[in-house]
Amino acid sequence: MSTPFLSVEDLKVHFPTPDGVVKATDGLSFTLEKGRTLGIVGESGSGKSVSSSAILGLHRGSNAQVSGRIVLDGVDLLAISDADMRAKRGAEVAMIFQDPLSAMHPYYTVGNQIAEAYRVHNEVSKRAARTRTIEMLERVGIPQPDRRVDDYPHQFSGGMRQRAMIAMALINNPGLLIADEPTTALDVTVQAQILDLLQDLQRDFDAAVILITHDLGVVAEMSHDVLVMYGGKAVEYGEAKEMLSHPEMPYTWGLLSSVPDVKGDTSLPLVPIPGNPPSLLTPPPGCHFHPRCAHVDKVPGDLCSTEMPELTPGKRSENHLKRCHLPDAEAVFQKEIAAIIGAKAVHES
Amino acid sequence: MFAYLIRRITVGIILLLALSLMTFVLFFATPVDPVRFACGKNCTPERRITTEKSLGYDKPTVEQWALFMKGVVAGRQFPADPELRASSPEIVVDCARPCFGYSQFNATTVNEIIKESAPISISLALVALFIWLTLGVLFGLLAAVTKGSLIDRGIVGLTLIVFAFPTFFIGTFMLKFIAIKWRLVPLPRYENFVDGVGPWLLNLLLPALTLALVYLAGYVRMTRAFVLESLSEDYIRTAKAKGLAPRKVLFKHALRAALTPLVTLVGLDFASLLGGAIITESVFSFYGLGAAAVRANRAYDLPTLIGLLLLAGSFVIFANIIVDILYAYIDPRVRLT
Repeated sequence: MSTPFLSVEDLKVHFPTPDGVVKATDGLSFTLEKGRTLGIVGESGSGKSVSSSAILGLHRGSNAQVSGRIVLDGVDLLAISDADMRAKRGAEVAMIFQDPLSAMHPYYTVGNQIAEAYRVHNEVSKRAARTRTIEMLERVGIPQPDRRVDDYPHQFSGGMRQRAMIAMALINNPGLLIADEPTTALDVTVQAQILDLLQDLQRDFDAAVILITHDLGVVAEMSHDVLVMYGGKAVEYGEAKEMLSHPEMPYTWGLLSSVPDVKGDTSLPLVPIPGNPPSLLTPPPGCHFHPRCAHVDKVPGDLCSTEMPELTPGKRSENHLKRCHLPDAEAVFQKEIAAIIGAKAVHES
Repeated sequence: MFAYLIRRITVGIILLLALSLMTFVLFFATPVDPVRFACGKNCTPERRITTEKSLGYDKPTVEQWALFMKGVVAGRQFPADPELRASSPEIVVDCARPCFGYSQFNATTVNEIIKESAPISISLALVALFIWLTLGVLFGLLAAVTKGSLIDRGIVGLTLIVFAFPTFFIGTFMLKFIAIKWRLVPLPRYENFVDGVGPWLLNLLLPALTLALVYLAGYVRMTRAFVLESLSEDYIRTAKAKGLAPRKVLFKHALRAALTPLVTLVGLDFASLLGGAIITESVFSFYGLGAAAVRANRAYDLPTLIGLLLLAGSFVIFANIIVDILYAYIDPRVRLT
């Protein structure tokens, strides 16, 4: 097997604070090929965004301690200089943010901001950058792009702003695109359009995409692989179809049972996960999830509260990793959880 | 936009009318008798009546105000009393519109007083504005990018210490040491701008610096706060994610947003300074609008007071309008309606 396009190995992002070290990301590893999408799922504060910012090198110059390896196309992004990272940022790795209104500068026109992204990495005239900007706006489905290019962000609708952000991110044809909750701030009807557009463009540009979300429906629809994060660590990682139909980690079960299934049996209850996400400053001992886990009693001894389980291959596939002490998670899932979830996630993927 | 302008100007004029009326009412509401004051030491009852008539204080307050407004619009003659004008034509003064009154105390029209002292105050305000804005934004920006460091704390602390000193102290200190003891600059006295920019600037340096130091602390802190605020915005992350150099992120993206709220403050602070800087002008014996107002106040010189107040008031009101219009150009999200 050749080296993957992107490989993240044991990524740690720690923030020293007066009260101690906040381990926002603590030993994250995954790989991603061009043309494929990795969905990273988790609650707020699980370390999704911090990890992706680390890939973009946005923690440089802050007090964050980043360690591990982020190898993109053969280059370790954590080992190169700030200037080299800057040359890659926006050109080889680009990012789409959650709220397109606050992510765009209110005082500059949309065209100005997109063209700026192009001109940083390409020595072209203003006119050429503008032509290219209009092209990109057209490509992402902005009507009358030659006129809208001179509009300000506030004159765009939410969906159009996100389209413009996508145009900005893709204008340099990056190999890796990170979409940080790209549809969270949008209307439901617009969400689907934006996701379709992203899928379309990924095919055209043959980019690797990291899709950060807490919406399992989006993940099921978009992703080839899924990585579930909890308390700064990956707790389940595998191929999307396999993982969503046969999850082996109680946290993933919790996520799945708290999503409504509009296509299936709507009488099924929504089951929220009790409790709050763990403190990253003083995480619970043992498995970070055990205080909220309903299946602790199925594990012999007090293993859950004393020892952090390793990421190990699940029952069904070598490539499906889970971080759980349950001896036979698959059986528990089939017996107790599958009925609650219904068949939804399985069919959607 | 045009309708907006008309509306704002109309409201401004109404405010000025109210301001002038209020000044008249308050002036006569004080326990001091301005006529007795103007009449002098050997004030006989007959003399008192003549004085009152010549000042025009014998008429009801509102009528006096109406006469004043008529003077502004159409011009008028002094003294206001027609009999007095007829009996002694040699003292009649013609005051063309817009006439802001005649000061018996100064034996000249208020327009003349303004013409004399306004250039001093305006020059002072201009030079001071230049100093405090340049230094304020520069130090504020420096403090923001070095947040938490010794430089940051040094800048903020130092400007605060300077801010804590009263203006008359800083002014007197500069005058005493820089101009008199060390003779680094000539003793400041106002030189006309048209007689040469060099002397004009050199003479304004100390008073303008004194004035600027008062405002500096505020502008350093505000620039620092605005820059820090805009640096934490999402669009700064976007700019960084594009691969922009830190310098460009700071100047094109962060500073641009941070300076916008500063425009309002600059407009208002500058406008109120145009009305005269009382303490600074007094310390340096610059006879600007502020010093003129102090003198008029001591002499119960109503016409001069009214004129200077209206001038200062209109500076503030029109600066407000200009700032609002400017804002619409700076911030594309603002629409004037």
